[in-house]
Amino acid sequence: MATSATTIDCAAPPPAGQRSFIRRLTDGDEVAHLLTLIFAATILLLTSLLVYELWINSKLSRMKFGWDFLWTRSWDPVFDNFGAAPFIYGTLVTAAVSLAIAVPLGLAAAIFLAELAPRRLSDSIAFLIDLLAAVPSVIYGLLGIFVIVPLMRTTVGPLLKSTLGFLPIFKGPNYGVGFLTAGIVLAIMVVPFIISVSREVLLTVPREQREAALGLGATRWEATWQVVVPWARTGVMGSIFLALARALGETMAVTMVIGNDPKIAASLFSPGYTIAAVIANEFTEATGNLYMSALIELGLVLFLMTFILNGLARILIVATERGGGRPS
Amino acid sequence: MSDIRLLWRKFLNVVMLTLTGVAAFAVVSVLFLILGYLIWNGGKSLNWDFFTQLPKPVGETGGGMANAIVGSLKLLALAALIGLPVGLMSGVYLAEFGGSTFSFVTRYTTDLLNGVPSIVMGIFAYSLLVLPVKHFSALAGGTALGVMVIPITVRATEEFLRAVPGNMREGAMALGASKWRTIATVILPAASGGIITGMLLSLARVAGETAPLLFTAFSNRYWSPGLNQPIASLPVMIYTYAIAPYDDWHRQAWAAGLVLLALVLIANLGCRLVLNRRGAYRSV
Amino acid sequence: MKRLSLIASLLLGLAGTAFAQGGTVLLNAAGATFPYPIYSKWFDVYHSAHPNVQINYQSIGSGGGIRQLQAGTVDFGASDGPMTDEQLAQSKVKVLHFPTVLGAVVPTYNVSGVTGDLNFTEKALAGIYLGQITKWNDPEIVKANPGVKLPGDDIVVIHRSDGSGTSYIFTDFLSKASADWKAKVGTATSVNWPVGLGGKGNEGVSGLVKQTPGSIGYIELIYAVQNKINYGKVQNAAGKFVKADLAGVTAAAASSANEIPADFRVSITNAPGPTAYPISSFTWLLIPSQIPDAAKKTAIKDFLKWMLADGQNYNEGLSYAKLPKLVVAKELKAIALVQ
Repeated sequence: MATSATTIDCAAPPPAGQRSFIRRLTDGDEVAHLLTLIFAATILLLTSLLVYELWINSKLSRMKFGWDFLWTRSWDPVFDNFGAAPFIYGTLVTAAVSLAIAVPLGLAAAIFLAELAPRRLSDSIAFLIDLLAAVPSVIYGLLGIFVIVPLMRTTVGPLLKSTLGFLPIFKGPNYGVGFLTAGIVLAIMVVPFIISVSREVLLTVPREQREAALGLGATRWEATWQVVVPWARTGVMGSIFLALARALGETMAVTMVIGNDPKIAASLFSPGYTIAAVIANEFTEATGNLYMSALIELGLVLFLMTFILNGLARILIVATERGGGRPS
Repeated sequence: MSDIRLLWRKFLNVVMLTLTGVAAFAVVSVLFLILGYLIWNGGKSLNWDFFTQLPKPVGETGGGMANAIVGSLKLLALAALIGLPVGLMSGVYLAEFGGSTFSFVTRYTTDLLNGVPSIVMGIFAYSLLVLPVKHFSALAGGTALGVMVIPITVRATEEFLRAVPGNMREGAMALGASKWRTIATVILPAASGGIITGMLLSLARVAGETAPLLFTAFSNRYWSPGLNQPIASLPVMIYTYAIAPYDDWHRQAWAAGLVLLALVLIANLGCRLVLNRRGAYRSV
Repeated sequence: MKRLSLIASLLLGLAGTAFAQGGTVLLNAAGATFPYPIYSKWFDVYHSAHPNVQINYQSIGSGGGIRQLQAGTVDFGASDGPMTDEQLAQSKVKVLHFPTVLGAVVPTYNVSGVTGDLNFTEKALAGIYLGQITKWNDPEIVKANPGVKLPGDDIVVIHRSDGSGTSYIFTDFLSKASADWKAKVGTATSVNWPVGLGGKGNEGVSGLVKQTPGSIGYIELIYAVQNKINYGKVQNAAGKFVKADLAGVTAAAASSANEIPADFRVSITNAPGPTAYPISSFTWLLIPSQIPDAAKKTAIKDFLKWMLADGQNYNEGLSYAKLPKLVVAKELKAIALVQ
């Protein structure tokens, strides 16, 4: 069809794929496609570059220490002996403490918001909790140093010691800073994620399930705990994984309250160190290329940890949405 | 026997349900405590000097964080310039031209980027933009933040574009508009409310980030001209002042914390209110 | 919205560049927290006198100063631990050390019931930091402090978490005081501390000591004074307990001032003499010997000259001692080495 390219065609265009290439080009569609494609490709480029830089810059350390890096306990800049074990330990312990506090608290709150609260109240509270998720990390750190650490030192620590002091996790001197304090601060930071996602997931459970349980004589609680929550359990698990990923990568709030000591200790009152915190503290002053390389290798380890966790979380959340959360 | 069992179940019911209420109440109170503490401590430290003066030498009282406030705004502007266009265009691609394996990979990679800890992002920006040119710069800091802005923007854009009703697209096509015309003049405007709020939320998120700035933007006692000098920022100042022993610095850290939190919360509040009123989806 | 953000950034950029008038020299420096109070005072005063020179100094620790200088991201560095021979050999540009002030590292503590000065023997400090002495009423501490009621509390040891010249000075002293320390831990800006919590910078350690009952930390004198934290006396090589002050630090430098090496790297810890304070040290500015930018080079050289003359008048007000005259004279000559 020999139509001039400058006239506007009032008839409906033929279905895509049948128009000539020139036509699509002048219509601008190919250009638009290409343009947006380039931007999307930039994301891939950036991410690959990120992984590449981490890999290359940690080469010195990887070559020297190999897999042993992961379980060497010393971090010695004087004798150039670096190991990730204390930091992996600290990262995992603080994350575990934070989840131990945030999961019961968050799940309970989510249940309240999804099952018990009237819709308006539930929505407003959920809104407020979303705001909590937006508070920057350094502000949690600020509150950590000036409010939570003194509280831990003067009130909570002695209380725990007097009641549960026989447990190995509560032995040893209480400085106010340490694994427990960091875990508590982290718990406050991740609880909004758990509540937010769990609440959404719980709201999607079909009413018939609840009603069936109630119809069989279950109490409200039994219906919730034994029917509704299991139905939504993959989604809830997903929210926990997300919270965990966030806790692992948290830097500022942790470094301000953990005591900055690369030691592995059973007591939660002991000061410790996480991967993110040591990078933040020592990166600008890593004299020596091996030192710098070891820190970047730590960054690579952290990246891989969060990568795997995020992947698992996504799979779980998607699985709930697809399969309707059928408990298997 | 079954009566006791029934009583027990009823008792458990009441206890557990109350506990859930307590939990919800506890979480909300924490939020109010945080806000209250910041407003109290920050409010009494805020004064005109804080917004207009530069920091004083160590140990002397007084001075302010004018350069840090401007610095944060400048970094945000850079992050917006770098991250928002990429996020917007990629979102358009995924929503309108997607469907292939490439878009699946892109979506997955975007999620991956979203999960990268901010300190690792700092290492990335350092090796890319500081080491080769041998100086800390606002540009390096802005880029680190900009890359963090991308995933949230992509998500918001894609989500809201997809939410535009099909009949709008069909109507436009029926009138003879080409695909890009439809997107540019019909679909994007329709989704613009949600997309813009998504962008603002992503900026609000990176406004509070400290870790990526520690070794990219570094910090500066003075004003930072152009893009190639180290630059002060609110989060880094809060961190530096909070861990120091000087009481006056603590006072200023609270004030800065209040300013930062106010900025972030107002942006979030505003965006979410707009979103809720439009009845559109939540953006994460 | 995009248009708005574009306009906003342009405006900010313009506003930013407006401050960079022609002729302004912007110098970036980083390093030691030990002399941070005097440096920030100096740079501030110098800027008022020379408004076109702006020296942005970030106190990130001596290790940071050395590292960033080697990476080339700062124009000059600062450190209280002189660069080692290996570090100098590795450095791409030859680095010159210029002493600036003399300072003292003091043991600060926060012990309930103790308001006065505690005496610390060398063995006591080494033992505490090795983790061998764990309680405040340990015999080693008690015997040096007759008449002081020491509680049986645990000692909370606080050290630096970052690469620190103050740590270098302190570990240098401990290595001289204790062969055990020298073998197990050694002298460096960053060591493998046997025990304790880490604070970032002199500021961080001061903050932790102030807030943690039962703690002990080592910080530069001015930080203890400005924050009103107790600091104790240390036993010097002659056996006397000396409290850190200008006289003690000057006495410590006196014996080495005559024989100071040409590159100014010298340790004056555990100096001989009855009044010498044993944990004293010079602190140095690390200046590259080659500075390609002419404006920057002139600015740095002018600042050095100012620092050695007028600058020294500010030292004592902030509890740092002035440099010995002999050292000043040698430094003035050495400025010519900066090209």
